[in-house]
Amino acid sequence: MKDNLYKYILGIADNSLILGQRMGSLTGHGPSLETDIACTNISLDLFGQVRSYYQYAAKIAGDGRTEDDIAMLRKEREYVNVLLVEQPNTDFAYTMARQFLFDVYHLLLLNELQKSKDLTLSAIASKSIKEVSYHQRFSSDWIKRLGDGTDLSHQKMQDAIDALWAYTDELFHQTQADKVMVKEGVGVDVTKLKETYYKQVNEVLEEATLNIPESKYFQKGGKEGIHTEHMGYLLSDLQYMQRTYPNMEW
Amino acid sequence: MSEEQIKNLEAQFEARIARDEKIEAKDWMPEKYRQTHIRQMSQHAHSEIVGMLPEGNWITRAPSLRRKVALLAKVQDEAGHGLYLYSACETLGISRDELYDQLHSGKAKYSSIFNYPTVTWADMGAIGWLVDGAAIINQVPLCNTSYGPYARAMVRVCKEESFHQRQGYEIMIKLANGTPEQKEMAQDALNRWWWPSLMMLGPTDAESIHTEQSMKWKLKRKSNDELRQQFIDQTVPQADLIGLTIPDPDLKWNEEKGSYDFGEINWDEFWQVVKGHGPCNKERMNARVGAWERGEWVRDAAMAYAEKQQQKKEKQVV
Ligand SMILES: [Fe+2]
Ligand SMILES: [Fe+2]
Ligand SMILES: [Fe+2]
Repeated sequence: MKDNLYKYILGIADNSLILGQRMGSLTGHGPSLETDIACTNISLDLFGQVRSYYQYAAKIAGDGRTEDDIAMLRKEREYVNVLLVEQPNTDFAYTMARQFLFDVYHLLLLNELQKSKDLTLSAIASKSIKEVSYHQRFSSDWIKRLGDGTDLSHQKMQDAIDALWAYTDELFHQTQADKVMVKEGVGVDVTKLKETYYKQVNEVLEEATLNIPESKYFQKGGKEGIHTEHMGYLLSDLQYMQRTYPNMEW
Repeated sequence: MSEEQIKNLEAQFEARIARDEKIEAKDWMPEKYRQTHIRQMSQHAHSEIVGMLPEGNWITRAPSLRRKVALLAKVQDEAGHGLYLYSACETLGISRDELYDQLHSGKAKYSSIFNYPTVTWADMGAIGWLVDGAAIINQVPLCNTSYGPYARAMVRVCKEESFHQRQGYEIMIKLANGTPEQKEMAQDALNRWWWPSLMMLGPTDAESIHTEQSMKWKLKRKSNDELRQQFIDQTVPQADLIGLTIPDPDLKWNEEKGSYDFGEINWDEFWQVVKGHGPCNKERMNARVGAWERGEWVRDAAMAYAEKQQQKKEKQVV
């Protein structure tokens, strides 16, 4: 139970960690001051949530590791985020598409996680819902603006959605730990979120005058710790200080 | 308006300021007042925005989650400061796009301090402690400046800057009390940021232009040299307290004047950086101009979308 709970927490937290890292690197480089503020804020919210999850994971693990050890000192194969969130900040269309495709899932997940028998997880979920609703509104608005903006923006947003679509299916895969936690009434059965997810995503894409990708080929691996080639570089930044100066307080 | 009438208005205007009344956007103001304010306020706004870059450089590499969250919040605050200051500046009848053009073409300046590189984590501490610290010394008097929108923006900005200053100092405390490696990192950051921070308070009074007029309009209440002295007197004990050494062999308490004597500032370096030849001037401008250019299609799309939505609404009304 303890081991599965620990793994389950990481399965949720790692997504926010990696996406927060991606969004945090945009600060100061976005298309406008307003989007810079919003992207920084999304990153800030995600890292705030991450701290609560890892603090709890550290308590569950009970082996003296801290939230930072868990966040920054694992091997790449031990990170269990979905491949979607580690995709690079190719351009603003990719950034917003990635955010949107994750936000819709994230909000559905948190809504269910609120009902978890695990009171810590349900409290974190309740606390995060307001933030994530805002993220989803922000990213959905940009899907519409870029999709239904100019010809150029439409094309760029369509390209981004087409490219990232392959990473959506993995959101609904279950690991062994997930299955055990669902049975215990602690975890969310993500397979049940899939239909609503695609329905909500498709509605926004339609409103944005974008085509819903038809490809049935999907990528997976993140949840088992097998990542894309982007991941190592992201971790080099994330872990730089902890690796260079081990066992210090900051 | 006749010359006489203008003189009259100007006299009334100066009298209002002398009585400590606030000037508001819709009030009549001399053209020089407007231009001087646009220059100073936009320079301040640009500094906030360019200032996001050296600190943004460490967001992905912050050593702990707590520090990462605090750094993100700080950089977000700086963006917010930029936003209020641009808005305050817009009340003077210039658009944000025009202000950006001035920054991107090099016509407008921003604080030279941001042309130095952030090479270690300790630089996040040193910037908060020293750079935000010097900014506060510059800006607190502006909370009572004569132009209402600027004064009100400054009240809000200063509150947040003092929070940044404490947060930066706290990073330094932690490093100074840490391992020898951490302490060395802190000392090295102080060594690199000390002199540029002193320069940040502006050229020495003998070489400073615009000061007299600015004093009258309460855009400036103390001279650069007075502000610098205040900064040094405030900061030296803070360094002493955490066992860091100010990199100035001539620094000495002067009992008689009740303040520190300090060594000569390298003004050649100051002017070199101001003129665009500091270590990171080109990187900073490339980052800003690059972000702006890469973002053009995004801003165009947002505009096109807003127009389409507007048209839809109008059709519905018909
Ligand atoms: Fe600021
Ligand atoms: Fe400032
Ligand atoms: Fe600040």
